[in-house]
Amino acid sequence: MKTLNFRVILFAFALIFGIVFSIPSLTQSDEGKKITLGLDLQGGLHMLLGIKSEVAIESRIKSMAASVKYIFDDEEIIFDELRMVDAEKITFELLDGDDVIKVKALLKKEIEGTVLSENGLKFSLQMTAEEVERTKQNAISQAVDTIRTRLDSFGLAEPTVAKQGEDKILVEVPGIKTQADEQRIRELIARAAHLQLMAVDEDRIARVSTMSIQEAKSFGDVILTDVNTPEKYLLRAIPVLDGSMLTDAKVGFDENNQPVINFTLNGQGAKIFGDFTGKYVGKRMAVVLDNKVYSAPNINERIGGGRVQISGRFELAEAHDLAIALRSGALLAPVYVMEKRSVGPSLGADSIRSSSIALMLGFALVVIFMLIYYGMAGVIANVALIGNLFLILAIMSLFGATLTLPGMAGIVLTVGMAVDANVIINERIRELLHEGKSIGKSIEDGYSNAFTAIWDANVTTLIAATVLYAYGTGAIKGFALTMTIGILASMLTAIVGTHGIYQWILPKIDKKKLGFWFGIKQEGAK
Amino acid sequence: MEIFKYKKPLSLMSKSKRFGLLSVAVLIMALGLIFTKGFNYGIDFAGGTLIQVQYEGKAPLDKVRQAIDSDKAYEGATVTFFGGEDEVVIKTKMSSKKLGEDVGDKIRTLLKDTGKFEVRRVDMVGAKVGSELREQGIMSMLLAILGILIYVSFRFEWRFAVASVLALVHDVTIAMGMIVLFNVEVNLDILAALLTILGYSLNDTIIVFDRIREGIRNIKDPDLGAIIDESVSRTLSRTTLTSLTTFFVVLTLYLFGGEIINGFSFTLLVGVVVGTYSSIFVASPILMWLGFSVSGFREKEATKLKREKEKEKMRAMYENGTI
Repeated sequence: MKTLNFRVILFAFALIFGIVFSIPSLTQSDEGKKITLGLDLQGGLHMLLGIKSEVAIESRIKSMAASVKYIFDDEEIIFDELRMVDAEKITFELLDGDDVIKVKALLKKEIEGTVLSENGLKFSLQMTAEEVERTKQNAISQAVDTIRTRLDSFGLAEPTVAKQGEDKILVEVPGIKTQADEQRIRELIARAAHLQLMAVDEDRIARVSTMSIQEAKSFGDVILTDVNTPEKYLLRAIPVLDGSMLTDAKVGFDENNQPVINFTLNGQGAKIFGDFTGKYVGKRMAVVLDNKVYSAPNINERIGGGRVQISGRFELAEAHDLAIALRSGALLAPVYVMEKRSVGPSLGADSIRSSSIALMLGFALVVIFMLIYYGMAGVIANVALIGNLFLILAIMSLFGATLTLPGMAGIVLTVGMAVDANVIINERIRELLHEGKSIGKSIEDGYSNAFTAIWDANVTTLIAATVLYAYGTGAIKGFALTMTIGILASMLTAIVGTHGIYQWILPKIDKKKLGFWFGIKQEGAK
Repeated sequence: MEIFKYKKPLSLMSKSKRFGLLSVAVLIMALGLIFTKGFNYGIDFAGGTLIQVQYEGKAPLDKVRQAIDSDKAYEGATVTFFGGEDEVVIKTKMSSKKLGEDVGDKIRTLLKDTGKFEVRRVDMVGAKVGSELREQGIMSMLLAILGILIYVSFRFEWRFAVASVLALVHDVTIAMGMIVLFNVEVNLDILAALLTILGYSLNDTIIVFDRIREGIRNIKDPDLGAIIDESVSRTLSRTTLTSLTTFFVVLTLYLFGGEIINGFSFTLLVGVVVGTYSSIFVASPILMWLGFSVSGFREKEATKLKREKEKEKMRAMYENGTI
């Protein structure tokens, strides 16, 4: 007499595995791997951001222009008409023909990713297509890193920042409690934190109130306004230096006990800053952040050491967030919202409650139905169903998968479909019993007859689930995932598991009690 | 307990024309609804903002409407109860690209004087994302159907594949018709429900087809109609029982699963009913209309078997060293 068989042992292992690994998720203990709740269940902020990469290209060409100017000044090359023609091109004119060879060599060495073309003494420097593409890609990956750094320093639990598709950024921040927090986080992410130190055009600033943007541009200037007052400034368009040369930024207090931000420049930045302040004593320099002028102090003397202060009548929290943004670096290109979903914690809790009720009720209905309709055969199917539920939870826990509201629906649906395999098998067994086959033969043939149908049906459902996973976003992916895991787990529990149990208890099955065991009337059975 | 006990085959095929006509009539009505009334696209596909607000006590619907209408930008915004009477959902076509400016925040300010409330959900989808999602949705449907066609052709025969795909197009179209009829808002979850129907309806059909395939091999009568009648009758019990259990479960989801997944479970409810009907009454007759020939299939299977046997014989001869 055979007592145990490999099928039932395999099922027992699967059951133990399922129970052990789903414990951390069910008890929500801190130890062990567990299922993370999706943002729709625990509350939080989900955003899909787009990026204006053309801005990154423009500022790349701007910084190239700044480098060209710096190099020429450094090498005492006389030039004129240094302009940005469009987003990918700068032009300039040399005044001395003897400099041409030197300039070509210098630009080739110092400025990468450009093509230099000449027309007499007029030159144009154009970004190559590869450089444009590289700058775009760079802007995206830099934005991902920057946003991640900012959220991490804000001190929130486990934010997710990831590139999605070609040019989108996915940001997920769980556990936001109030609307004010959400707004602060959104502003922190959005902050370009583009710091520029710019020279004031002292020769023309007197006329700034009547000057048009076009006119300013023709002088190589820009008009920017003060952050707190409507005062206008006329500034040289090509900055002295920008935030990329910043090493640290901290909140401090000035003599009036107002919050300020102190920042430190790196070696190169300190040198440029020192040279500039030395050369322009008596003139003004503006501290510009995100195209707003925060201050424009007079340069009294050469400033070495590379320490600069931004004051701008900040709130303390604002100064704190701004310092984070400055430390994490500027976004090379601004981001914008393509999709935003925020769920309050109370709604998430409601969703968990209602879908759990649906799951338990649905489960109870199926279990009772199987019991009444199939007798002991139904009980066996129910054991498999419970094993299936634990397995789904265990596998999701081990992968650290995210459970979303549609994911819960997926589990509920799997309960309905997982018993299908057992319904097919039990119907086949009954058919054979009615034909008068012995119990052992009916069970074995029932399983082999039912197998192809279950297999083909499951594979086709898996095809649909896979497509859903590949094309779905966010919460829908969760639905496809639980369905897929549920189907795979049901192959083990509903086919292998129940078969093993039948083989195990076969000697105990009383052929006179077919009503009790299989829920059918005694008639043709031998 | 036994409800459907197989005694003799039901004569379904003789009535197949009637079921066919019924299906065609329902299909035409569904298509008519889809093309005249059209889908009620939610913000996932149309873009816009949805704000779910819960009040302490009954929500002052009129006050909320007034407050929102006071800003010109939100003209045409709809305000409706959501689930109970204490919650409202505000929908507007507006969306904001700027991270700092949020439509949700603005609505919150507008509602300031309407009572004590909590904003529980703000969903905002840009118009461009909406159209992208719609394209992706259609692509995913087509891809799933293609994958299924290939698999079923491989496991059965091309006519089985075409018949099962026609049956599931039938189910999905009727479900879509019902979505339009009951004005269910179409969001991503409805797409997921439709894809689930696709998988579910197929599941049912495949199990019937599996029995037909078995019947073709085992039943002596080469009349396809008789084989189909017997196969469908023999699987009738399973088809109905599984549909019942799934129906129970989806019904609990519909009744107790909460307002957010209501559209989803409604679509599934329709799908389960239509899917069951089609796998019993629609899929198999299509097989016959496509001109499936039992003897042809048997011949093919026989030659396949013969070829395999010959191969084995050759291999045996080779291994025995006779060649």
